[in-house]
Amino acid sequence: MTSPLKTPDTDPPDWLERRLPVMSLLRRQYVAFPMPRNLNAFWSFGAFLIVTMAFMIASGLFLAINYTPDITQAFASVEAIDRQIPSGWFIRSLHMGGVTMLFACLYIHIGRSLWYGSYKAPRELLWLTGLGLMLMVMVTAFAGYVLPWGQMSYWGATVILNAVHAIPLIGQPLSELLLGGDTLGNVALHRLFVLHFTMAFAILGVIALHVAALHVVKSNNPSGIDPVSPSQTLPFHPYYTSRDGFALCLFLMVYAGLVFFLPDLLTLADNYVQANPLVTPRDIRPEWYFAPFYAILRAVPSRLGGLLLASGSLAVLFTLPWLDRSALRPATRRPMVRLSLPLAFAAFMVLGVAGMHAPTPAWLLASRVAIAWWFIHFLLVMPLASEREMSS
Amino acid sequence: MTQSETPPSSDGTRRRDLLATGTVVLGCAGACALAVPFVESLKNPVANPLSDRLLDVDLSSLTPGQDMSVRWRDWPVFIQRRTPQMLAALQAPDHLATLRDADSKVLQQPKDATNWHRSVRPEYGVLIGVCTHLGCVPSFEKPGSTPEAKGGYFCPCHGSHFDAAGRVARRAPAPCNLPVPPVTFLSDTKLRIGHSAGDPGFSMSDIQQI
Repeated sequence: MTSPLKTPDTDPPDWLERRLPVMSLLRRQYVAFPMPRNLNAFWSFGAFLIVTMAFMIASGLFLAINYTPDITQAFASVEAIDRQIPSGWFIRSLHMGGVTMLFACLYIHIGRSLWYGSYKAPRELLWLTGLGLMLMVMVTAFAGYVLPWGQMSYWGATVILNAVHAIPLIGQPLSELLLGGDTLGNVALHRLFVLHFTMAFAILGVIALHVAALHVVKSNNPSGIDPVSPSQTLPFHPYYTSRDGFALCLFLMVYAGLVFFLPDLLTLADNYVQANPLVTPRDIRPEWYFAPFYAILRAVPSRLGGLLLASGSLAVLFTLPWLDRSALRPATRRPMVRLSLPLAFAAFMVLGVAGMHAPTPAWLLASRVAIAWWFIHFLLVMPLASEREMSS
Repeated sequence: MTQSETPPSSDGTRRRDLLATGTVVLGCAGACALAVPFVESLKNPVANPLSDRLLDVDLSSLTPGQDMSVRWRDWPVFIQRRTPQMLAALQAPDHLATLRDADSKVLQQPKDATNWHRSVRPEYGVLIGVCTHLGCVPSFEKPGSTPEAKGGYFCPCHGSHFDAAGRVARRAPAPCNLPVPPVTFLSDTKLRIGHSAGDPGFSMSDIQQI
């Protein structure tokens, strides 16, 4: 820098730049940022997730203004949001529809990373922060689902808190801290409200880490070969800003369709009945995004076994960068993975559908086969495939 | 910062490192101590508010094959009057083979209910209606109400089956039989829940899983 004190700093961009270089940072990271030329539509789901999170936080804040976290008033306050508060129905519908959009995009975003090998070196931390975000979203979604204090809220919370209680060693103190009393009631509702609220902002923090990691290691691409020369890249703006913008318009059309035309498509009627600690609803079901894990709990005839397999089905994803040591990234270039991974995706969907049906012997059998394949794929096929590829 | 300062001796470095380590250790200990009141504030302030209360129930309106439910200590308690067919079904050998704990070996009931019908009198069954899996309330299925219903309890949450005596099926996620509360018959149609005349020392906190 040449004698900064003598340069007149009257030019506003320059004035800002020398005190806080945000404009050059944005230019480097969001205008001139080099992107692979060959990204397909699956690379837009990260943008969808950011936009959905923004909708969730905005609608959540305005719901919190009208919500009362007290078991005698919670249910009525949610009904009032739906029926009396001007535009309350819209804000709540935006929040409830947003959960579905968030989980749908999360699962597709993660599936994309599995298919194109985006979890491999040097993107391990990108993968781990992303999975961490998924777990945080799950905790937040659970806590939020309890807040309306309907029948599904109550029994969902009962099941989850008992599941936490059943974890060896730490489970009992942890569930007691959440519950704060002998029975599920006011104290727990208030704590879950605070948890829901706090987690939302914690998620924003981890998203910042996730995006920062992405900007260090750059995007993977469908070929799985990182661009080496500038001619193999395109600047983020205008190429990917316009493309993500167009994709976002399509995404928002689906989201708006859910919010305006099908607000009750994915809600369960039983949750519009106030919580009753003496009666569990006959056709209790989880929300679709938790159905695969619910199906695992039902299909394993052992409590600890079910909890271990349900949590293990997610835990195994965290170890994937080390289970799969092959340098080949996309499944399209790996014969074994190309067959096995779609079956693992199908297993996840079978579990999801099974979780939404009554536990008949046929669905239990289908769930068990699906659970087996999920673990076989990650624990056997992936290490085996990478070993064969590395030796050839 | 003075220029004339001599480079620190190895002894000085050691003293500086000791001070730094000591500060970090004490700082961490202080942070942990500070966390204690925060965690304490989350604990349940009311210690055991639900002592073993007594509840008297009139059974005169219960006809054979019927069931009723009452609330005791915040738990739903199921009371059923069993028919001779239900009692026979409880003893069928091929049925016993499907149960995880047919002989009630796990402490889920007072001593006077540790028998084949898991109750004080065979004719009446009294059970706490909280699934031992993850705490939902199972519903009673009368024999023959659905093609597969053999009479017993079905938990809608994760599909655990219990027989009419609350014994859990082997092919279910629930680990234990349904708990039996301590009860005493005051007369033929009057039941007291909360105290067991046959096992006076029994307390609900002895139960393995509720």
